[in-house]
Amino acid sequence: MTLSKIWVYAQADEGKVSTLTLELLTKARDLADTVEAVYAGTDADAVAAQLGEHGATTVHTTGDLGGALEGVPVASAIAAAVEAGNGPDAVLLGTSYDGRDVAGRLSVKLDVPVITNVVDLELDGDRLVGTEPIFGGTTNVKTKSTQDGVQIFLVRPKSFAAEPNGGGAATVAELSVPDTGATGAARVTNRYVEEASGPKLDEAAIVVAGGRGLGESEKYEMIEALAKLVKAAPGASRAIVDAGWVPYSYQIGQTGKVVKPTVYIAAGISGATQHMVGMKGSKNIIAINKDPEAPIFGIADLGIVGDVHKVLPKLIEALESR
Amino acid sequence: MNVVVCVKQIPDPADPGSLDPSTKTLKRDGKLILDESDSYGVEMALQLVTNAGGGEVTLVSMAPNSETSGLRTALAMGAASATLVSDPALQGTDALGTAKVLAAVIKDANPDLVLAATESSDGYTGTVPEQLAELLGRPSVTFAKTIEIDGETVKVQRQTDGGYDDVECPLPAVVSVTAGVVEPRYPSFKGIMAAKSKPVEEKTVADLGLDASAIGWDGARQDIVDIAAAPEREAGEIIEDDGEGHAKIVEYLDSLKVL
Ligand SMILES: Cc1cc2nc3c(=O)[nH]c(=O)nc-3n(C[C@H](O)[C@H](O)[C@H](O)COP(=O)(O)OP(=O)(O)OC[C@H]3O[C@@H](n4cnc5c(N)ncnc54)[C@H](O)[C@@H]3O)c2cc1C
Ligand SMILES: Nc1ncnc2c1ncn2[C@@H]1O[C@H](COP(=O)(O)O)[C@@H](O)[C@H]1O
Repeated sequence: MTLSKIWVYAQADEGKVSTLTLELLTKARDLADTVEAVYAGTDADAVAAQLGEHGATTVHTTGDLGGALEGVPVASAIAAAVEAGNGPDAVLLGTSYDGRDVAGRLSVKLDVPVITNVVDLELDGDRLVGTEPIFGGTTNVKTKSTQDGVQIFLVRPKSFAAEPNGGGAATVAELSVPDTGATGAARVTNRYVEEASGPKLDEAAIVVAGGRGLGESEKYEMIEALAKLVKAAPGASRAIVDAGWVPYSYQIGQTGKVVKPTVYIAAGISGATQHMVGMKGSKNIIAINKDPEAPIFGIADLGIVGDVHKVLPKLIEALESR
Repeated sequence: MNVVVCVKQIPDPADPGSLDPSTKTLKRDGKLILDESDSYGVEMALQLVTNAGGGEVTLVSMAPNSETSGLRTALAMGAASATLVSDPALQGTDALGTAKVLAAVIKDANPDLVLAATESSDGYTGTVPEQLAELLGRPSVTFAKTIEIDGETVKVQRQTDGGYDDVECPLPAVVSVTAGVVEPRYPSFKGIMAAKSKPVEEKTVADLGLDASAIGWDGARQDIVDIAAAPEREAGEIIEDDGEGHAKIVEYLDSLKVL
């Protein structure tokens, strides 16, 4: 048995649909007869082809939100569709900033639970069962909602592969947003994008990440130099993000980005469970740490017990001379 | 300027605990501490009230077992008083039920601003602040890096994937803060002593007039159908750097044909 209809909350940046959205669409195809997207950008026509190619037959769009944060208007629009009898059986949202906002608002409007941190989904009759890692990923629990009505799931990035199924462009349909009154009053007045060169952290084939073991902020330059040499994206543990050495957008882990590159190089990172949950899906892991007992060695394919200040400069030199 | 901070009291994250096999809930015996994620909200609230030149920071927490040690830490930092909702019936309460409980307390206090963390360290569902805002009928801004009050408006730098957005939102509002936004102060000795006599009002679910079916396992309306150990990743070759460790790495990268 499959569900009759799933809605996937879609997000895009400058006309490019997020990989997370495409992952959810791909999985939703296995779970429901009809997969549709809900989108709040002004450029639904531009993203309809990418959404359709991954299985969405319709994209319901709220149109221009006038700078409002998406949580309230998108949740209100979905709830109104549900109340009018045109809603889905389940809504899948990615664990993104706005995805969480929409899920939280929607759960109250419909008075149904949200199942969060989902990394896998399967069918059980007309219920979806979510798998969620707990205790830093050491234990998996499977949960389903017992409440009739819409099932809401917040799904972590990289839980599924994004694969096109050759569908044609999704039909663009208008989704009307009810008056959100005081609750929808937050407005974005300006956007700042931190300059980053090279591949994006969550898409790079190689990631070089540094941690507190680098000792001081300036030493992060070794990570950047190495990343440049092997065309990798530089990343970081939360310890050095909190210390202000690198921006938050570099953070890998439970509260940062999830990465699954071909090669992950961890330098001076201990391997706390909250860090590993964001990188242990990497194909090959290389760790450099002076402490042979560091937990990161428990999952490393190649572990070098050594000083980053000795190993990294030599590694950089060896690669430069090739 | 009155600010309510939602603070969760959690088992020490250094000892992540386990699931009780009979009730399938997190075991919460032993002492609970202030969730580090919430210490940022407490600090932020104290700074905002100081800058506003008046008002109070009060705390609200929900815990099944009358635990106050985490609250005492936040009171020692400088919060004025706390409300603790404690009731055995809260066992199994999910994020939505938690938000309903917190909202019932906050409705009466009617503060200018409600602060929470973007996600708790033990549950990390990250939906409570937004659910709370909806229940209170308030606008909200999540993932705040900085917060500034300008008259009747709260101005926030909101974290995004590639940087941040400036967001403006009218008060009263709910704002969730990210870790690391401010440096939480260490409670002083004087603060710790003063915290011992600060008021902590304990309420039950009945005191709040909440329907028992909205909280606990019944309110969560979820079944845990399976609990299993996650598959482990095997360790590979671990070698001591003898001055040639870097060469091993180059060799390995070559074998993967990624260079
Ligand atoms: C709710 C919550 C969410 C979190 N989310 C995240 C997250 O998303 N991402 C994340 O990374 N963390 C997260 N953390 C923090 C996490 O628990 C760790 O504190 C953090 O990952 C530690 O970073 P680190 O490995 O750089 O530092 P440390 O744990 O201090 O490790 C430093 C390592 O460097 C080694 N070292 C020191 N000097 C040298 C040297 N000269 N050469 C080689 N090695 C050296 C040491 O042996 C040590 O192993 C979270 C924590 C909580 C409570
Ligand atoms: N039991 C609780 N008592 C007080 N505040 C809570 C509670 N649960 C969650 N919160 C608040 O909501 C935030 C996000 O929690 P969560 O959605 O569980 O990740 C927490 O960091 C707290 O600020």
